[in-house]
Amino acid sequence: MAGVVVFAEVKDGRLKKASREALSIGRKLAQTAGGDLVAFGVDRAAAEEAGRYGAKRLYVAPLTAYTTGPFTTALKQLVDQVKPSIVLLAGTSNGRDLAPRLAARLNVGVASDVDRLEWTGGKLRARRPVYSGKAFATVEVSSTPAMATTRPNAFTAEEAGGETAEVVQIAGPASDDKVKLIETKTAEAEELTIAEADIIVSGGRGLKEATNFSLIRDLAHAIGGAVGASRATVDAGWIDHQHQVGQTGRVVSPNLYIAAGVSGAIQHLAGMSSSKHIVAINKDPEAPIFRVADLGVVGDLFQIIPALTEAVKKAKAH
Amino acid sequence: MNSVVCIAQVPDTEARIKIADGRRIDETGLKFIVSPYDEFALEEAIRVKEAKGGDVTVVSFGPDRVQQALRECLARGATKALHIKGESGSADALGIAKTLAAAIRSVPHDLLFFGKQGVGTDNSLVGPMVAELLGYPQLNVVTHLEVGEGKITAHREIEGAEEILEASMPAVITAQKGLNEPRYASLKGIMAAKKITIETKTLPDLGLQESDIHHQRVTVVALELPPEKSGGRKIDGGEPATAAKEILKYIREEAKAL
Repeated sequence: MAGVVVFAEVKDGRLKKASREALSIGRKLAQTAGGDLVAFGVDRAAAEEAGRYGAKRLYVAPLTAYTTGPFTTALKQLVDQVKPSIVLLAGTSNGRDLAPRLAARLNVGVASDVDRLEWTGGKLRARRPVYSGKAFATVEVSSTPAMATTRPNAFTAEEAGGETAEVVQIAGPASDDKVKLIETKTAEAEELTIAEADIIVSGGRGLKEATNFSLIRDLAHAIGGAVGASRATVDAGWIDHQHQVGQTGRVVSPNLYIAAGVSGAIQHLAGMSSSKHIVAINKDPEAPIFRVADLGVVGDLFQIIPALTEAVKKAKAH
Repeated sequence: MNSVVCIAQVPDTEARIKIADGRRIDETGLKFIVSPYDEFALEEAIRVKEAKGGDVTVVSFGPDRVQQALRECLARGATKALHIKGESGSADALGIAKTLAAAIRSVPHDLLFFGKQGVGTDNSLVGPMVAELLGYPQLNVVTHLEVGEGKITAHREIEGAEEILEASMPAVITAQKGLNEPRYASLKGIMAAKKITIETKTLPDLGLQESDIHHQRVTVVALELPPEKSGGRKIDGGEPATAAKEILKYIREEAKAL
């Protein structure tokens, strides 16, 4: 009974960044927990990349598009066969859908959305933000296996320089007659999602109206970041909920967070204050957002954001 | 068409969190609310009832204070309420799911609604776990729902896309913001809710062992507040070009992001 199994998700022929992060922390855990790091997936083309991130084997199930039932059955079979100490899934939409289903089937515990993990005293110890980042809980998962979903961006994806993972084909589960995927509608211009982005540019009520979100989009586009939003702008219908940062939105921790016209309600601050670098632009010098900003700029976003967008474009052109 | 809505009572999202003994939050003076995502779940169930008839039963596992949350759901339009008494705070997500699943077995249902996560614990685990324990399909993070004859169609939010899924009933649906616009309780609803008796049960009533629910699998060993941020440099942005230059310098030299 040893080793670590990681659900390795592939997009456009590459491992998702969040899965590479999960493999990287999985490799470190395997060093202390003992046993091999192995990956579970549905695409054998990921073997080379999974190997580079330290996976010894890639178990491939004959499945295509994700649906809960067959993926749960396939991963359950693998866990029964490999008997790992730890099962990790990246906290993507599918990882968060699959983890609880599998945990209930295995009758084991799962720590969600963790940003630190260690193996100590034969147990998995995890740290996770709770109350939308207003507090941090350290939890111990004592079941075998112990499961966790990793928070995107919280762990560093590090190549280990390993050989291509050995591909092991596993049996296909019966198809699920209870759920059918009819269609996947991709957003027209595929935008970076705030959960996974390294840079987020957020707009708040200071933008005054929906059309002014174009200022935020332009800067995000120039700098290569995702568009975030305060709850007030989402509730006003200026932008879709997928962009909302904070409680009832997403808790994020990118490398760089730029907040323009966001006053900083407690729910928003909880959702972004663990970002590594924070820039705030607001005309109110007393705005609470300045309490968490590393660089606060008191001024008019309608002038400063376009100037910054131009400066970024110029800097990138050089 | 009968629905069950599982709700969690959580600290008000505007509340500051204080830590009691290094492991739990201090509940003194804390205001509790129905978890925001559960409001979308409840609203959707009420709409299904209005269109197709049947009952909407709200179920919650927790200490006595959760009765207040159940009462609020009744005022908004739920028709029955079930309180499972117990310290849900010492149960992990699977313990809570086992409790809810056991309770739901005795309530007639076609659809089970949950919020996509309980705001506070932020696990996003209980809905799919109940689905597994009962052997039902799960439709997670749903932004649109259509209830047809013997099947449902749901839109599920995923990264940068949306899936359209069809499932048989009974099914578990976890609600995302955007699914609907929850209503407020009307005065008439509040009066009507007072006449409804909240049924109560204990874990032994449900045939459950305390030892399988509490202090199992996942246990909190420490709870702490994040390090206080003191705020950094503040500059005057009266001159936009200069301000932009300062920000760019910060982005390049400190965040190393360009």
